[in-house]
Order: sequence, then structure tokens, then C-alpha cells
Amino acid sequence: MSGEAPLVSFTGVTRFYGEGGGLVRALAGVDLTINRGEFIAIMGPSGSGKSTAMNIIGCLDRPSSGSFTLLGVEVNHLSQDQRALLRRNFVGFVFQGFNLLNRTTAIENVELPLIYRGMGRRERRERAREALHRVGLQGREHHTPGELSGGQQQRVAIARAIVTDPLLLLADEPTGNLDSQRSLEIMELIARLNEERGITVVMVTHEPGMAGFAHRIIRFVDGRIASDEQRAAA
Amino acid sequence: MLWETVKLAMSSIRRNVLRSVLTLLGIVIGVGAVIAMVTLGNGASSKVQENLAKLGSNMLIVRPGQTTFGPGGSTDARSFDERDVAALKNDLSGIRGVAPTAQKQMKAVFGALNYDASVTGTNTDWFTVQDWVLEDGRVFSDSELRAGASVCVIGATITRELFAGQDPIGERLRIGNFSCEVIGRMAAKGQSAFGSDQDAIVVLPLRTYHRRIAGNTRIGAISISVTEAAAIPRVQRDAEDVLRERRRIMPGDEDDFTIRDLTQILATMASTTAILTGLLGAVAAVSLLVGGIGIMNIMLVSVTERTREIGIRLAIGALERQVLTQFLVEAVVLALFGGVLGIAIGLGLAAAGAAVMDVPFNADLKVIALAFAVSALIGVIFGFFPARRAARLDPIEALRRE
Ligand SMILES: Nc1ncnc2c1ncn2[C@@H]1O[C@H](COP(=O)(O)OP(=O)(O)OP(=O)(O)O)[C@@H](O)[C@H]1O
Ligand SMILES: [Mg+2]
Repeated sequence: MSGEAPLVSFTGVTRFYGEGGGLVRALAGVDLTINRGEFIAIMGPSGSGKSTAMNIIGCLDRPSSGSFTLLGVEVNHLSQDQRALLRRNFVGFVFQGFNLLNRTTAIENVELPLIYRGMGRRERRERAREALHRVGLQGREHHTPGELSGGQQQRVAIARAIVTDPLLLLADEPTGNLDSQRSLEIMELIARLNEERGITVVMVTHEPGMAGFAHRIIRFVDGRIASDEQRAAA
Repeated sequence: MLWETVKLAMSSIRRNVLRSVLTLLGIVIGVGAVIAMVTLGNGASSKVQENLAKLGSNMLIVRPGQTTFGPGGSTDARSFDERDVAALKNDLSGIRGVAPTAQKQMKAVFGALNYDASVTGTNTDWFTVQDWVLEDGRVFSDSELRAGASVCVIGATITRELFAGQDPIGERLRIGNFSCEVIGRMAAKGQSAFGSDQDAIVVLPLRTYHRRIAGNTRIGAISISVTEAAAIPRVQRDAEDVLRERRRIMPGDEDDFTIRDLTQILATMASTTAILTGLLGAVAAVSLLVGGIGIMNIMLVSVTERTREIGIRLAIGALERQVLTQFLVEAVVLALFGGVLGIAIGLGLAAAGAAVMDVPFNADLKVIALAFAVSALIGVIFGFFPARRAARLDPIEALRRE
């Protein structure tokens, strides 16, 4: 993987859902380049294609047409398993609505990506504990999601996303269901990950206050990029 | 990784104990039936084997008259005499021995003790033909046989009941108003195929029996021991020819004697058990199939219920193979759970059945291992389709599901 290639590159990416009369154009031709180390906020009205774009960047979904490359690799033609390997090795995903396993404890949730990487039990535990520590959840390792507050669940989800030391952290409305105090804490955490660890962050948010943490703000409207502005570092 | 998967499978089964157990009923019943039947069948056939061994190997029994099977036989038919025995011995080839027997139930008395014995007159071949083992002393000499000497060989029960701990050799045993010197004693043989005690026996030279006990020269039965099992039908035909000629039976007339192949009769009993076992095996196979379908069904339900969980696993980087393994292991653990339950219940039933039917309880490790393996195989076969469905889920679709 060449160091020259941008981390993420969209060229004329479209994504359609359904067919015939029910055809929905979630992405209608998107060109976009994301470099390493960036901190990007994606904004835009509901249904404008933000999550769809995130899913494509996270190699969960594929464009209907156009080209999407991650680290210079064309993802369109990769198999499900090959895409799983990309996700596993380079991407940490914080989903819209945490998507934690409800019956498993916080630390087991965080360990999960490491289990699939085949990491030994002891090292896994150690790293999961460390990731939980980093998001400020020490002492909550053995609570299940049901025993944690919304903000704490969100932090477990973030810990799970960063435990593998990803190149790219994708967060779809990470503060969506949190009060402003909790939201600020989460944003500070994410900003710190970007700053201190050099993790590239792409984050979807509706709140301008949260977007204020990012260095670049991309606005989606009707499946297209309406504006793409670079901000002076905060 | 595998251990994680097994633990995961255990916990998801524990979450739905009742559902799991109900699902497994098919496998439990199937495996239980097989284990119970095979174990009981083994017990029954080992009992038959034991009886076969007690009977002596490759034995034909000739009795006068067209008798129905069983001890005794009709008395009105012409009996055999010593010349018949000599003729059979001369004319038959491929035999180990020919033993005439005449028998009567009488009290054997020693000192103040007495015991009901089967008093038997025969020759020395009889010991070979019936596979008796001499534990002490000797059998009859030729001269004793010819002279009708007052000597006897006794069975283990007589030794025990009348001589309790004492050495019987050289003692005199009284039967009615006749007494004989004990010259040998035999090792125990146990019960006969028909449940009588074969060891309550006093054996005399045939002539001694005729003169001192019976008062006639009738021979109740002749046992012929054939060297090789394959030769039994031929020897049986030859013996029939010899006897028909000696008894001057016209061609076309019926035999006035019966030759029975006892080995055959018990072998038939054994094969009947085998057929029964096979039949129940088929029933078990059907219920295993039903059990397998039950597992498939429950796994499909589980995959549907856990679509979101599967989506999460796939999204954070699980490979298809890893999700497939997880659900396959779950199906196998489920099936093995049923298998173990079935094995336990089957063994329990077999133990109870063995006690009721009075056959030995032979738990066969090979069969248990096989039942275990078959359960696992059912898990793999019927778990594969649901597991593949889980592995092939589209992560985004799966995550969208509530
Ligand atoms: N799996 C799908 N099947 C059909 N239509 C879909 C699917 N996923 C998204 N869409 C449609 O595509 C469009 C874009 O959806 P997307 O989820 O990307 O919007 P969004 O910008 O993330 O909105 P929100 O802010 O509400 O999360 C919407 O009209 C949505 O209904
Ligand atoms: Mg969205």
C-alpha cells in the first residue's frame, strides 16, 4: 500500500436502493478525497446520504457505480471476506445507535474485534482494559450495556472502535442521543484521539457545536456534496 | 478461538434451556433407543453365546421318535442300542466323538447327605462332546466301560452339596441300592441353555447304568460332535442314512428318530435378536432425522433472532468462516447435549431392561462413542444450512434489523 495514495478516495460514487418506481438515490455522484490525519465532520439533512457514504468508507457497503479506494485499493470488486479484513485491520466504526452486544459485558464487547483477529486471551484482555481506560470507563469493565448509561454505552462503542488501533475512525452521530455535557466529553475524547494518536476521524453530526471540533466540514444535500470547507485548526 | 466459540454456544443454549431441550427430544429419543437396544441386544446375544458354549461346539443330538424339542422325549419309540453307537462311530467321518446317553433323576447319597442328581450312563466320548473339564481324578478306562465297573465321575454341584470341602475321589457314592467309587470330578459348567443345573450330575459307564440303574439297555439320546461347523449338514445326512439302514426304514417312510443341530437353533435365536436390533435401529434413525430437522429449525430461528448480533460481528471484522464456525459449533454443542442425554437415558433403560430380562448389562464403549460421533455429525449436517445463512448475511441489512 503506497504512502502516496490518499486514505480515502471517491470518484463519481453513486448508491441506489430499490428498483423501478421505488428507486432511491442515496448518493448521486460524489467525489471526495480524505487524507491521513484529517478530522472531518459530515453534516446535512436527514436522508441526504451521510450514513450511506460512511458505510461505503467503512467497506460495509459498495457503490452502485463509480470508484471507491481505501489506501489505494479499489474496494468495489473485493469479496465480503476481503472487505471484512480491511475493516478489521484499518477501520474503527462507531455506529449510529451503539450496536453493542447486549448480553455481553463492556470488556467482552471491546474484545470482540481482537477475538476475530485471533489475538491471545491475555493480550486481548489487556488491550481492551486499556481502551476502556482511555474512554474513562475503568471500573465498568464487567457491566453489560443495559447496566450502563447512554454516554457510557457510547464510550464502550468508541473503545471497541479504537481497540484495534485503526487508521480511520468512523463515527455516525456519536453524540446523537446524549445531553450536551456528555456530548462535549465524547467530542473531546475523539479530538484527542485525532490529535495525539494521529487517527483520521470522519464523523457525522447534526450539531454545529460538535462539528466545530473538526478541521473540515462537508455538507451533503440530496446525495451530493453541497459544500466542503476547510477550517482553521481550533 | 474455538474455546470462545464453545463458551458462546453454551451460553446461548443456557439462555433457552427449555426450547433447547424440546428441540433435542428427537435426538435424545433416537440416541436413547439405539443405546438401549444395542446394549440390551449385546446382553441377550452374549447370553446366547454363553449358552452355545455350554452346549458344546458343533453338536448334533439324535433322539428316538419324532419328538418335539426339549429334555425327555417320547418313550414309546424304538430306542437306540450300543451297536447303533458303534455303527455311527465307524461310518461317520469328520467327527470328534459319538456319545450315547441314558439318564434318570435319582437321589445321590453320601453319608447323611443326599441330593437330586441326573444319573447319566455314557462313554468317554461324552466328556469331549459336551466339553466337560475334568478338575481332578480321571474318566472311565476302556475296561471299566466294557465291564460295567462301579465307578463314577461327579459334577461340581454334587461335589459341593455332598462332599462340602472334602476330597470326593475314592469315596463311595450311593444311588438307590447301588454304590460306586468316585474316580473323577468335573469343573462347573453352570446352567444349561434351558435353565437347569448341568452340574448336578453323576456319570456312570453306560453298561453300569444299564445293569445297575435302568434294568434295560435303552439309550435315550446320542450326541455327535462334529469337528468343523461347515461339516454339520453333511454329518447330519450321513448319520440319518446310517440309522435308517440300521433301523430298516423303507425309502419314502418317515424317520422314527430325530437329529437336531442345537448350534443351529441357538444361532437362529441370536440372529432373531440381530434382526430386532436392526429394526429398532431403523426406528432410531428416523427419530435422529427428526431430531436433526429440529436442530436445523431451532438454528434458523436463532439466526433470525440474532440477525443484529451477526451484523455487528460481521461489521467489526468477523469473516464468513468465523460466523459459520460459531453457528456450526452451536449446533454441534446442541446436538451433543442431546446425544449425551440420550446416552444416559439409553443406558438407564438398558440397565433396567437387563435386570428385568435377566440378561447381562454390557455397556459397549464403541457404541457409546459412535452415538456421540453421530450426534456431532447430525449437528454439523443440520447446522450447516442455518450457519451458512448467518455467515452470508449482508452486514448493513443485518444492522438495520431491530
Ligand atoms: N438499505 C436501504 N434500503 C433502501 N433505502 C435506503 C437504505 N439505506 C438508506 N436508504 C435511503 O437512502 C437515503 C439516504 O439514507 P442515509 O441513511 O444515508 O441518510 P442519512 O443522511 O444518514 O440520514 P440520517 O441523518 O437520518 O441518518 C434515504 O432516503 C434512505 O431512505
Ligand atoms: Mg444516518
